[in-house]
Amino acid sequence: MAFDKMELKDIEVWDGNYAAAQAMRQAQVDVVAAYPITPSTPIVEGYAKFLADGYIEGEFVMVESEHAAMSACIGAAAAGGRVATATSSQGLALMSETLYQASGMRLPIVLNLVNRALASPLNVNGDHSDMYMIRDSGWIQFDAFCPQEAYDLNLIAFKVSEDHDIRLPAIVNQDGFMTSHTAQGVKTLSDDAAYGFVGEYKPMNDMLDFEHPVTHGVQTEEDWHFEHKARQHNDLMTKVMPKIQTVFKDFEKLTGRKYTPVEKYDMDDADVCVVCLGTSVETAREVATEMRAKGIKAGVIGLRVIRPFPFFEIAEALKNVKAIAALDRSSPNGAAGMLFNEIAGALFNTGTKALLSGFVYGLGGRDLTKAHLVALFNELQANADAGKVTTKLQQFIGVRGPKLAFL
Amino acid sequence: MLEIRWHSRAGQGAVTGAKGLADVISTTGKEVQAFAFYGSAKRGAAMTAYNRVDDKVIMNHEKYMEPDYVFVIDPALVFTSDVTINHKDSTKYIITTHMSTDELVKAQPKLAGKEVYTVDCITIANETIGRPIPNTPMLGAFMKISGMYEMDFFKESMKRVLGKLPQKIIDANMFAIQRAYDEVK
Repeated sequence: MAFDKMELKDIEVWDGNYAAAQAMRQAQVDVVAAYPITPSTPIVEGYAKFLADGYIEGEFVMVESEHAAMSACIGAAAAGGRVATATSSQGLALMSETLYQASGMRLPIVLNLVNRALASPLNVNGDHSDMYMIRDSGWIQFDAFCPQEAYDLNLIAFKVSEDHDIRLPAIVNQDGFMTSHTAQGVKTLSDDAAYGFVGEYKPMNDMLDFEHPVTHGVQTEEDWHFEHKARQHNDLMTKVMPKIQTVFKDFEKLTGRKYTPVEKYDMDDADVCVVCLGTSVETAREVATEMRAKGIKAGVIGLRVIRPFPFFEIAEALKNVKAIAALDRSSPNGAAGMLFNEIAGALFNTGTKALLSGFVYGLGGRDLTKAHLVALFNELQANADAGKVTTKLQQFIGVRGPKLAFL
Repeated sequence: MLEIRWHSRAGQGAVTGAKGLADVISTTGKEVQAFAFYGSAKRGAAMTAYNRVDDKVIMNHEKYMEPDYVFVIDPALVFTSDVTINHKDSTKYIITTHMSTDELVKAQPKLAGKEVYTVDCITIANETIGRPIPNTPMLGAFMKISGMYEMDFFKESMKRVLGKLPQKIIDANMFAIQRAYDEVK
């Protein structure tokens, strides 16, 4: 079956969802099994339309739930095809059991996770609760801060995930609505260049290779379970990051767009810095530039790769900073935030004695304004000047009612 | 940085209008951003959409905006929601209404002393496109008030943006854009 190529302008005005769908088309994904959920629906809708219009040679599998969607993706990946899907929030929660199956079976699948709050109360808007919920599921996790990156990281994710040394599924995160439904200029690759970058899918241990029968998804009790899990963790800790670095370099050669596991902005001489994820990284960059004009040496760090966690890279990036704010867009529900804990862990055995404070913000799509960030950088500078954290270690940004602070 | 806020009802095409405008502006080498507040939007619910335009890449993702232009594409929203929220002294308003600008400002005192332009995009859309979809006429009015582009360039660009629609609908939209351009006061 032949398929048509699509003529794209060098710069298209796309939202994050459409950018991801276009990348899935250009990667010529063989199977998408999906169950629609806001705000990720337009991604799989886009794939289905491209398929119906003859731009893809593949198959769209309609299923009755997200659990079934990922189950079908697992089946298709085990059979030996290039596989992708998309979901958000409650959909990811329902999928979570099968996420562990996919990674444990070492199946390359790309999941576009359009980050959205988790009920209750029900909310369709963007926060990182879903991203955080499955961070130990064994999937590689990338994070896009804008539509361009949702496009780029999809192409990158296939190449990393499907590599025979890796064979682990990968999530590409983007902020619900703030990226997924926000149209911006996206620099495109031609269909040939994009497919050339991702490459032909090379099956491994595929079930449709009848000459070489294999078993997937076996049971192992205390005799072998630990070894399987340890091997998987070993590969995440030792093989994945070098492969990501290589693919980032290849992508830079092709496009000029440079990615690193820990994105550093204005960090060379920064006294104070914000560490965050998603669209907040870009807003914080703009504010940091403005703070520098006011004499505060502000910097920003955004995590491009969340799993495997760039432990040493982040410690290196923060080594000369005096005060750090870790921004978590997910309620830790009875603990310090994830980024606070991960950064604390990364810095603890180093000589760095930076002051670390944590902030919970933006739940259910609550706006993170530039004014919030100006106040935050000023507070970090006050901490740096005082030589100690002058507030509680955990604060809430932008929530109504009496000021909340803990720890 | 040019910032625009659209007041609309879900289904009237504000998101399509904002994205269409972004698409046209992008072809001139500028950086653009178009987004909206949806909530669990139902058809007919009041909603807002937004444009940002700049010479450099737009990194600001805050939803808060003090707009340079406010477009109101449903006549009742001037009375049922605060279209002047986050006003700054230079904010210009282009409002869909059957009233004259003077009548409108008398009916909604919040608009007093502000730079207000009126055009009846609903009637224009009904008489040209045959449906009350006031988004493209609003852009025609905007071209007149802002002087952003020559009409020929803008209409050619919009023809490309609307490219997948039937020719009859595209032609009707071009009439609607021109009429709003001519009639906005």
